Amino acid sequence: MGSPDDAKSREPVEEAGAASVDVAVVVGPGTTDITPDGPAAKAALFGLGVERIVEYRLYHLRGVGLDADATERIADELLTDRVGQWWMRHDEHEPPTGHGRVAVVETGLRPGVTDREGAELVRAATAIGIPLEAAASARRWFVFGDLFGDQLEQLAERVLHNGVIERWAVDELAPAHTDRQAIAPPTVTVDIVDLDHDQLVAVSTARRLGLTGAEMEAIQKHFAAEGRQPTDGELETLAQTWSEHCSHKTFRATIATPDGEIAGLLDTFIRGATETIDAPWVESAFVDNAGIVHFDESLDLALKAETHNHPSALEPFGGANTGVGGVVRDILGVSARPIAITDILCFGPEDLAADELPDGVLHPRRIRSGVIAGIGDYGNKIGVPNLAGAIFHDPGYTTTPLVFAGCVGLLPRGANPTAAAAGDAVVVLGGAVGRDGVGGATFSSQSMGAETAEVAGSSVQIGDPVVEKGLIDVILAARDAGLYTAITDCGAGGLSSAVGEMAETLGARVDLALVPRKYPGLAPWEVWLSEAQERMVVAVPDPAPLLALAERWQVGATVIGQFTGDGRLQVVDGERTVVDLDAGFLHDGRPPLTLEAAAVDTRRPPRSPVEPVGTDIEPNDALLRLLGHPSLRSNEAVIRTYDHEVLGGTVIRPYDGVELDGPADGTAIVPPGTAGPGHDGPVKAAVIGIGAAPLIGRHDCEAMAWAAVDEAIRNAVVAGADPSRLSLLDNFAWGDPTDPTALGRLVAACRGCHDVAVANGAPFVSGKDSLYNEFVHPDGTRDPVTSTLIITAVGVADDIDRIPAVGLCQPGNDVWLLGPATGLLGGSHLDEVVAGDRGGHVPGADPDSVGRHREMHAAVAAGLVRSAHDLSEGGLAVAAAEWALAGRLGMTLTVAEHHSAYELFGEAIGRYLFEVSPDDADELLSVAPSARRVGWVTDDRRVRIGTELDVGLDEVARAFTGSELT
Amino acid sequence: MTEPSVLIPVAPGTNRDGELAVAFEAAGARTARVPLEALRQGEVKLLDHQILGLPGGFSYGDALGAGRLLGLDLLTWFADELANARQREMPIIGICNGFQALVRAGLLPGGDDGPSDGPRSGRSAGPAATLATNANGRFECRWVELLLGSASSPWLDGVDGPLRCPVAHGEGRFVAEDLSALQAGDRIAMRYGAGGEPAGGAYPANPNGSPGDVAGIVDASGLVLGLMPHPEDHVFARQDPARHRQGGGSCLGLFRAGVRAVAGA
Repeated sequence: MGSPDDAKSREPVEEAGAASVDVAVVVGPGTTDITPDGPAAKAALFGLGVERIVEYRLYHLRGVGLDADATERIADELLTDRVGQWWMRHDEHEPPTGHGRVAVVETGLRPGVTDREGAELVRAATAIGIPLEAAASARRWFVFGDLFGDQLEQLAERVLHNGVIERWAVDELAPAHTDRQAIAPPTVTVDIVDLDHDQLVAVSTARRLGLTGAEMEAIQKHFAAEGRQPTDGELETLAQTWSEHCSHKTFRATIATPDGEIAGLLDTFIRGATETIDAPWVESAFVDNAGIVHFDESLDLALKAETHNHPSALEPFGGANTGVGGVVRDILGVSARPIAITDILCFGPEDLAADELPDGVLHPRRIRSGVIAGIGDYGNKIGVPNLAGAIFHDPGYTTTPLVFAGCVGLLPRGANPTAAAAGDAVVVLGGAVGRDGVGGATFSSQSMGAETAEVAGSSVQIGDPVVEKGLIDVILAARDAGLYTAITDCGAGGLSSAVGEMAETLGARVDLALVPRKYPGLAPWEVWLSEAQERMVVAVPDPAPLLALAERWQVGATVIGQFTGDGRLQVVDGERTVVDLDAGFLHDGRPPLTLEAAAVDTRRPPRSPVEPVGTDIEPNDALLRLLGHPSLRSNEAVIRTYDHEVLGGTVIRPYDGVELDGPADGTAIVPPGTAGPGHDGPVKAAVIGIGAAPLIGRHDCEAMAWAAVDEAIRNAVVAGADPSRLSLLDNFAWGDPTDPTALGRLVAACRGCHDVAVANGAPFVSGKDSLYNEFVHPDGTRDPVTSTLIITAVGVADDIDRIPAVGLCQPGNDVWLLGPATGLLGGSHLDEVVAGDRGGHVPGADPDSVGRHREMHAAVAAGLVRSAHDLSEGGLAVAAAEWALAGRLGMTLTVAEHHSAYELFGEAIGRYLFEVSPDDADELLSVAPSARRVGWVTDDRRVRIGTELDVGLDEVARAFTGSELT
Repeated sequence: MTEPSVLIPVAPGTNRDGELAVAFEAAGARTARVPLEALRQGEVKLLDHQILGLPGGFSYGDALGAGRLLGLDLLTWFADELANARQREMPIIGICNGFQALVRAGLLPGGDDGPSDGPRSGRSAGPAATLATNANGRFECRWVELLLGSASSPWLDGVDGPLRCPVAHGEGRFVAEDLSALQAGDRIAMRYGAGGEPAGGAYPANPNGSPGDVAGIVDASGLVLGLMPHPEDHVFARQDPARHRQGGGSCLGLFRAGVRAVAGA
């Protein structure tokens, strides 16, 4: 909180140009807040009783000769539609009278934050012959209603703006036209060579380097041996490169456990599984920005999933937006064309009371709406379909929301060059740098607290998907023309990390004076570390053709240095040295870490082995409550705001079935450029399945790993993928790994990942761990995130015509079950919606599940399966209800003599329901001998299980979607 | 004659150019996807092609309104070439963002005698229109049914409706200054429908709240077609979510009609 920024002074502009004039224009009609996520609804969350909030667009223009005529032309031709819109000068735009109290607030971007509208307005005005010096977009708000005391300030602070990227003022806010006169601070040295341990730690803390005492000592020793002090740029470079985010020090650390020492979680369990499996379809795993696996004889798929948790907690739209942008660049970073986006989101309860919200935390509803809008905005604008996702709501995510974004890409085999040579130019493609996200990697490797939003404000970046779309076009064209020898994205750590990685063995010399800047005044180390989005770095033997190509696509391209071959990372700013580091020390000098993990206790209180229904669990009611559970209910309304059709390859949609409202297990896309006009024969698709089981993880993280991997596999298999050719991505979101209990749980999860991957023969090819996801309250209590593991399985469906439909197809067909009829209730969703945790075992490892995946696929590959749905959250009853809804048909099932809660709602791994024509029963049993016929499809739109459960689709629809059956 | 060639300009932020090319290729044309800058530099000329296809996407990030800056490009950089193309009776199709750009450039709906020459001077030239924010205020991606109007246009010649394809837009509510004049002039190319009947404004069959369920219009000559839905995303049966059931409604015929119109020339 603070006082309003920059309340506008009425002073004339000082010396921005000889005869510069400032004009501001308001464009209407205003948007009256009517949506449930809109500002008036958000204000109500804070107990601010406003009647109505109206938002207007506001443009600040600055230029020579900006007279009334010029202003009118800009407003008429560039800012308004002739039909239904108006504009007026800002100083004439007054709130209406006779409506009670109306307050006026203006919000605008902070200086340096990307303002595409402003930039495009300058360009467009020039095109119609009115050159502008600057333009800035802003918002003007009329707030109707009686607000008392500091309530207007609260409304502005908490609802109308986000302090990380925006400013506000009552009445009028001065525009943030960039100061062209700013002086850049010089590079300075930081005296560390003579400090003691405590002083070194103090330097790390004061500069927010996130380096430990041992790491600072290693740096000290290195510079003492070189006989000098480090520069600020060198310290920042080391901090970024050695951060958890970039170096995964926890996953590489030696871990002492009660059962002995583990030589690194990554090598032992994750990559360990990959090496054991040694799959022939894996081209590349864990070496580049993304894993690479075979799609067909000549094409490969690139796979990556990332987290963007800390930024999304502070600035939900921007955090999620750039999360998508970042993972798309990871795919571009292996020279692949992005063809699908995935997103898994974890938020606190939507109905959280305002007084339960800790200081410094945004309300889950605000985070949810911002994150969803941010993901949609980036994916839609960049033109990559959003094909798979999930949303979880749990109190464990209130202070630490999680945003996982994934991407699948396509590339010709062998098309990703990875051998830069001495003499190659260092070329940066994309936008200019600003103070965006300076220190992002170190920031995301530390815990958050109530003050983080203010301290780390600049660590959040803003995305510009249009620039990244241009990067895709340029890079694919450059790849096909063989114009570069190595490529990587500019992500966390900016150029320091991108050039640093590429120069790891060669060494490079970069001149920061050549790097395009958004505005002056940046310190050299800020240019080097800036996380300005939408940039890639390539190594180029002959820059001229690449620069011409980039110009053709209107994408920035600049030669900023050269790979040298001398093994040193040298960064200069014109004449002055900013960084001169031994690349070997930068990459291998970090002292190894040893961490301690405690044993984990997964014992559970016993639970009655029979759980009869009808007493406190009324089955119909329990089913409907499960279908309405915040993590199970329909997300169709969210999916509709994401473009899942662009590229024209989508064949199984996230919501599919007769009315496109049935949740699909996995999704499938025919990659662009394959199976085009004239194609003959079966069409192949890339298939994506996602799995997660955070409720099981509360009790047993090893079991959670089995459940998550199994769910991802099931989802992929139902969407037609061959389970003996799957590849996996792992994403961990965990608390503080220096807490032995948290680390013990992480060890258990990694062990489970290893075992289930090896059992299924499905290798991990890439992953990302996000640690230190915890919130520190002002009183020092720590709030760790719910330990969360997200698994993405990607595979290939060899013939899209054999992929089962998402909903039931034909009355009279048989319903078959693969897997046990009975599940477990420990950690179940039933307990969530009925009576809380009643103890009992959670579903754990089940090596027999592997055979069932293969039987299921054998039936699909034989063309016998008309439709299918896996059993996951909520067990048999929920699966049957979703499946029936998708097909607008009913079914009658009998899986046991009596259906207790264990049969109806118990959860287990490796289970499927599927639909087969009665004529195909014998053939089915020949390929899936353990399948069991458990019922039939009916045309009466009711789901019946034994005598215990009988629910109509009208009730299912109401519970699941919140609206009437259509 | 050889296969006709379709020019598909790609502005910064255009993203459905690939599918548009595939759809035209499936209809028997050649295609050239060309960055706008290459057109601006004169490397590629519109008049070397027989059809102009403006694809969907977010040209210039929708800054200042969807299609506005691309429309400005058409009015400023390409005005002469476009005028020549109009004289040669070149068929033009604008889909989604391409439609938005055609409207903002004044080519659609245009006057009764031809295109108006800009959004402002268009005041007197004919009925003006805009594509406003969807009635529900959100970007909307879903499959829709399209009933074909009786408009006379080479793009609709011999095409059987209803068609089915997805929409994916946030600003697609077609609002005309005088919708009845457009209707009277037989300029409505397609409307949103449900079960063969007009959607009657009802969401979600009419996904954006367009008055009169208008999904696409043509100019007075019928040569310029603009529509919000994406017919280029339904030219293969596999793209159809209803392929397990009744199927049908492929939009390939629309592209074939456009190609046929110039192939016969």
